[in-house]
Parts: sequence; C-alpha cells; structure tokens
Amino acid sequence: MKQAASMLEIRNLSARVEGNDILRQLTLSIRPGEVHAIMGPNGAGKSTLGNVLAGRPGYEVTGGEVLFQGKDLLAMEIEERAREGVFLAFQYPVEIPGVSNMEFLKAAVDARRRHRGESELSSFDFMKLARDAAKRVSLDQAFLKRGVNEGFSGGEKKRNEIMQMMLLEPSLCILDETDSGLDIDALQVVAAGVNAMRDGQRSFIVVTHYQRLLDYIVPDHVHVLAAGRIARSGGKELALELEAKGYSWLEDEGV
Amino acid sequence: MRDGPLCGHRASHRHRGESVSEQVESLIRKDYSAGFHTQIESDTLRPGLDEDVIRFISAKKEEPQWLLEWRLKAFRAWQEMEEPTWAHVSYPLVDFQALSYYSAPRSMANKPKSLDEVDPELLATYAKLGIPLHEQEALAGVAVDAVFDSVSVVTTYRAKLEEVGVIFCPISEAVHRFPELVKKYLGSVVPQKDNFYAALNSAVFSDGSFVYIPKGVRCPMELSTYFRINEVKTGQFERTLIVADEGSHVSYLEGCTAPMRDENQLHAAVVELVALDDAQIKYSTVQNWYPGDKEGKGGIYNFVTKRGVCHRNARISWTQVETGSAITWKYPSCILKGDNSVGEFYSVALTNNLQQADTGTKMIHLGKNTRSTIVAKGISAGRSQSAYRGLVRINAGAEGARNYTQCDSLLIGDRCGAHTFPYIESRNASAVIEHEATTSKVSDDQLFLCQQRGLDAEKAVSMIVNGFCREVFKELPMEFAVEAGKLLEVSLEGSVG
Ligand SMILES: Nc1ncnc2c1ncn2[C@@H]1O[C@H](COP(=O)(O)OP(=O)(O)O)[C@@H](O)[C@H]1O
Ligand SMILES: [Mg+2]
Repeated sequence: MKQAASMLEIRNLSARVEGNDILRQLTLSIRPGEVHAIMGPNGAGKSTLGNVLAGRPGYEVTGGEVLFQGKDLLAMEIEERAREGVFLAFQYPVEIPGVSNMEFLKAAVDARRRHRGESELSSFDFMKLARDAAKRVSLDQAFLKRGVNEGFSGGEKKRNEIMQMMLLEPSLCILDETDSGLDIDALQVVAAGVNAMRDGQRSFIVVTHYQRLLDYIVPDHVHVLAAGRIARSGGKELALELEAKGYSWLEDEGV
Repeated sequence: MRDGPLCGHRASHRHRGESVSEQVESLIRKDYSAGFHTQIESDTLRPGLDEDVIRFISAKKEEPQWLLEWRLKAFRAWQEMEEPTWAHVSYPLVDFQALSYYSAPRSMANKPKSLDEVDPELLATYAKLGIPLHEQEALAGVAVDAVFDSVSVVTTYRAKLEEVGVIFCPISEAVHRFPELVKKYLGSVVPQKDNFYAALNSAVFSDGSFVYIPKGVRCPMELSTYFRINEVKTGQFERTLIVADEGSHVSYLEGCTAPMRDENQLHAAVVELVALDDAQIKYSTVQNWYPGDKEGKGGIYNFVTKRGVCHRNARISWTQVETGSAITWKYPSCILKGDNSVGEFYSVALTNNLQQADTGTKMIHLGKNTRSTIVAKGISAGRSQSAYRGLVRINAGAEGARNYTQCDSLLIGDRCGAHTFPYIESRNASAVIEHEATTSKVSDDQLFLCQQRGLDAEKAVSMIVNGFCREVFKELPMEFAVEAGKLLEVSLEGSVG
C-alpha cells in the first residue's frame, strides 16, 4: 500500500462545546512518523482537539476540515475512525464493570482486523499477544482478566491505555495527558511503550503539561495551543522555554 | 424497608453514570425469532372456566378421584379470591372467561409411544427453536421434556435416567405411575390457596414435568423442560414438581417461547421444589416468552409461583434470566426449614420497549445457621419498568442466620424506570443481614470508549450489559450461559442507532 504523504491535515478547524466556541480555525499538519507535542494552559482546548478528532458526541464542528491519510475524517463514524487507525488514549479512562479487559480487547482487535480484511485471531493467538503487551507495560497478567479499568489505580489505567494502543497498532496515536498522575517509574514505562511503537510511519500527538515527559518521548515539533488555536510552534526547545517561562509571555507578545 | 437495630443491616447506595446520549434512546427490538406459529390441528376447549371445564381436564387425563377433588377445592377457593394489584405493573384485568383452559395437538390424542409416532410438525417446531428431540441430535448430557400448549410431547433420555432410578416424566403420567409421590408432595410447598394465580393453576393445570431423584443419586444429566405456547387465546398452566431425596443432586433448566400475537396470553405456572436432607437442587430459567411489540401490543402475562423447601443441610439455588413476557410477576423463593440449609437467588431481568417486570425472591429462614444469597440484576431500556421485590424473613428460631442481598439496576436511556422494594423482617438478634443496592447507567463515556476502540454501538451496549450480568451468568450451566448472553444481545439489538 502506498504511504500517504500526510498523516493528518487539520485546516481551519473550529469546534463548539455546549454552545461555546473552543477551537478557532486551528491548523496543524502531521507527517507519517512524526511526534507532535501539544502544550498549553488549562482550558485551552487540547482535550477538545483530541475528542473532535475521535468524533466524541457533543463536540460540534463548526468549520474547517480534517484529512486523515487523505480521507475525510470528520465524515466518518466514531468506530470507523478507530478502525481506520485513530487511537485516543484517554485523560480519564472509564470503567466497564464485569467486562474483562481480555474480552474487550479481543473484540476491539477483531473489529480492526475485520475492517482491514484480515481474519479474526484465535483466542490462543490473541492471548499470547495480550500477555506480551501486558508485560511490556509492566501490568500483571491478572489485569487481563479484570473488568476494564475496574478498580485500577490512576497509573494502572494509563498503562492499560498504552497496552490497548500496542494491541490495536493504530496509525495515529493521540495521548491526552497520559503522564498526569504518574510517578517516575510509570512515566518511564509509558514512554518506553510509546518509543517502541515509533517506527518511522506511525504518528503521535502527545498532549502534556510537563516538559518532563518530553525528556523521554522526544518530539519533532512542539505546539502551544491557546484560546483555541496554535499560538506558537517550534522544536523541542520550545518545551523547555515554556517550562521556564510559563504561558503568559505568549500573551504578552500578543499572539 | 425495615432495618431494626437487631438485624445488623447495612445499606450502601452508590449512584454512577451520567447523561445517556440520545443514541441509546431509540430502542427497537429486532424480530422475535421464536415468534412463529405452527400450523397444526388442535383440540381446543371452548373458552370459559367453570367446574365442568375442570372435570373435562381431569377426565381427559384420566385422573384419580382424589386429584379431581383437589382441583375442585382449588377452584372454589380461587372464586373467592381477588386478582392481586400490589405489584408495580399495570394492565387491564384479565378476562378469565375469555380464555381456553385446554388445548392439545390432535395428533397427541392417541398418546404416541415413541418419537417415531410423534407428529413431525411438532418435532420440526422444536428443531426450529433449537431443541432437537431426537437423542442422537440433542445437546449431549441434557434430557428434555417438551411441553406444547397443554400436553407433554416427548421426554428424552428417559430410559437412561431410569437406569439410575431418576424419574423424569410428564406430571400427568406421574399421577398414574407414582401416585404416592405425587399425592405426598403436590401442593406441599405451594398450597392450593397460596395466591390467586397458584389457586387458578391448581384448578386447571394441564401438564408439566415431574422429577424424582432417589437417595444419594447425583443426576447424571441436566434435566430441562421446554414450554411452548402455540394455540391462540389459550392460557398455559403448567405444574412442575421436583423432589430430591436425601443426599441427591439435580440441575434443572426451563426455557419458554411463544408466537407473536396481538392479544395478550396468560401463563400461570407453579413450580414446587423439595430438597430433603443434604440434597441440592439447582433450578435455572431462561424465559423468553413473546414480549409484545414496540408499542406494547400483545405478549405473554407471566404470573408464576415458584418455591422450594430445604430440609437439613439442603441447598436450593434459583437462577433466572428473564428477557421475555409483556409482564413478569414472579418470586422464586426458598423456605429454609432445616438447620444449615442454604437458599440462593441469582436473577437477571431485562425489560425493553413497554415490558414490565416485578420480580424478586423470598428467603424464609426457619432453621438454625441458615444462609441465603440474593443477587438481582435489573436492566431497563426503552420505556420499560423493572422492579425488584424481595423479602428476607428471619424467624425467632433461626439462630445464626445470615443473608446477603445485592441488588443492581442498569438503565439504558432515560425513559425507563427501575425500582427496588426490599423488605426485611428479623426476629432473631443473632441474624446478620447485609443489603447493597446500586443504580447505574450505560454512560456516554463507556459507549465512547468502546466505539473509540472500534466496536459498534450495539456491540458496545450488549457487552456492557453482559458485563453487568456476569455474576449471574456464571451460575448458569455452561451451555446455557452462552445462550443467555446471546439472548440479551438479541433483546437489545437495535438499541442504539
Ligand atoms: N464536555 C464538555 N462539556 C462542557 N464544556 C467542555 C467540555 N469539554 C470541554 N469543555 C470546555 O472547553 C474548554 C476547553 O477544554 P479542554 O479541551 O478540556 O481544555 P484542555 O484540555 O486544554 O485543558 C474548557 O472551557 C472546558 O470547560
Ligand atoms: Mg485536557
């Protein structure tokens, strides 16, 4: 299959939540294999961007367009976006009591495989993959049998998100503050997981508040999202500058 | 609810879930796959109910005089009784004179001796329902009694069961072959006058299954009865009696379906279980009577009395998955008479569209150190109403009795309702009663998580609902746990659009 020249092309995207304009003509271009970090003050619209890309109900697109591997992303159903390869690691993963992680993941992986015209995995083969993925994020095998996120600690939930990402092998991974609430060990586990998935083709949007994560996942580009649009873009040194100065200097500069 | 200071009652309430997306709103039930009618000639009694009808039924079955008297006594009591109205359901009163109380396929009149003599149309009906009656095709390890309207069509594996002394036959036949057993136990757990529908059933019951497990025998197969209502404007009034003699074990399953019809049909069954000292009975139900259409037209009124008595060290376990019927009114109960006896009730009740369910259990603790467990899961979707009603009674002599009740409701959409009515009566200070209740919704966030991982909304809802029911499904015999999961999926199909 021919690799699309662009992974994600966001042009003048505007979106509204509960009647408030949150994204205002946001433009962003991501090529295959790139890691883009998105930083910015609370309430700037970072999670909104991830949710709009994933198609979450309640987020109304009021203008602009988004091309994912050349296809009109905004025209797709939620599950279709997922099967095409868009993955969102949640800031606050929810629990699904009684549904085992294993059962949930198998259904997800099978849905993706069917979409690609591949056969479903046997339970045996899936089990092997799942066990391996659990090991890579340092989750005990027991977590595969437990209910999805049921009674997991904050850190376990985040590692569970990364495990799902590994199994689903998406083309575009959006990580929404996956680092928040993690201790340094868990942070390293998560970063190692992400780094292992960087293969020159897969792209990442990493939303974070802290430079700390970017020491481990080194981004190609750093953007500051403020007031619903990209206020500034730069290389990884921009993250250091933000860490030192905060966000207010951006406003002083009148961007 | 009463929770006196003596009974050690603990309650905790947890509410979970947020606004449910409009997506979940449009619940449409997919075609009810068991809704076909079998074209067959039947002898159906004229509508109406009087002593002559009862004499007719009794004569048809060539019953002994004592049983006719027994029926008439019930009928006279019934005439004095009022239809109960305390349940959280509403429907127009049933016109009992408009129903027919006996209907049987004509081909059954000369009592086929073997499967080869049974009308192929009847066998085809069961095959279509997924219940092949030829032993070589049947589910291995499950014996089936197939009841069609008012008669039992065939009971499989009888010879094999009789080798170990297990009796599994239509109750109409047991009356002739094992009169002592039937006379001793019929009505011993659910007396004729127990309640309005039990009295009606006692007067007009047509057929049902009889099971006797001899002392110390572990029944080598699952026993099951499959009830099918076919004829129009008939009621089905079956009667099941299971006696597990000392130290014996049995697992029994019942399933039910009916054609789709615009009129409501009445099903008023009685099930009695007797677990003698050290015996164990596991009784599972997968109830999928026709629920009516999306507008609430038609469907079965399922008014059922189920009760078991446990002698010393005995255990009775009720597991039910209730997805069908327009109205369900049933409370499978345990009388824990013997010391150290155990009663269990595991229930999933799913209502969709305009279905109504008022179901639960009664655990009556009489013996010392008796224990009971109640796990009730109610799922409401569409505009349906689901109620849990449970009674835990600890009598004065029930030293050291314990009960644990867990009662969870799951709402899909915001036009349905879930209600819980737990009653606790404790007359013994040493009793420990625990009660937990939760109400949750299938939340937008859960749905979105599933869809973001590539599952479609229908699969997501059925997965979430199945997860919610897990504790109950694991109590079902293996083959049926899978069936129950699928049944829920079908019942919820089209629930999201
Ligand atoms: N589901 C929602 N309902 C109401 N308001 C929301 C919702 N999601 C986001 N918002 C609002 O949109 C703005 C941007 O929020 P968000 O995208 O979460 O910011 P960030 O992730 O950058 O902190 C905030 O003002 C927030 O209150
Ligand atoms: Mg956020």
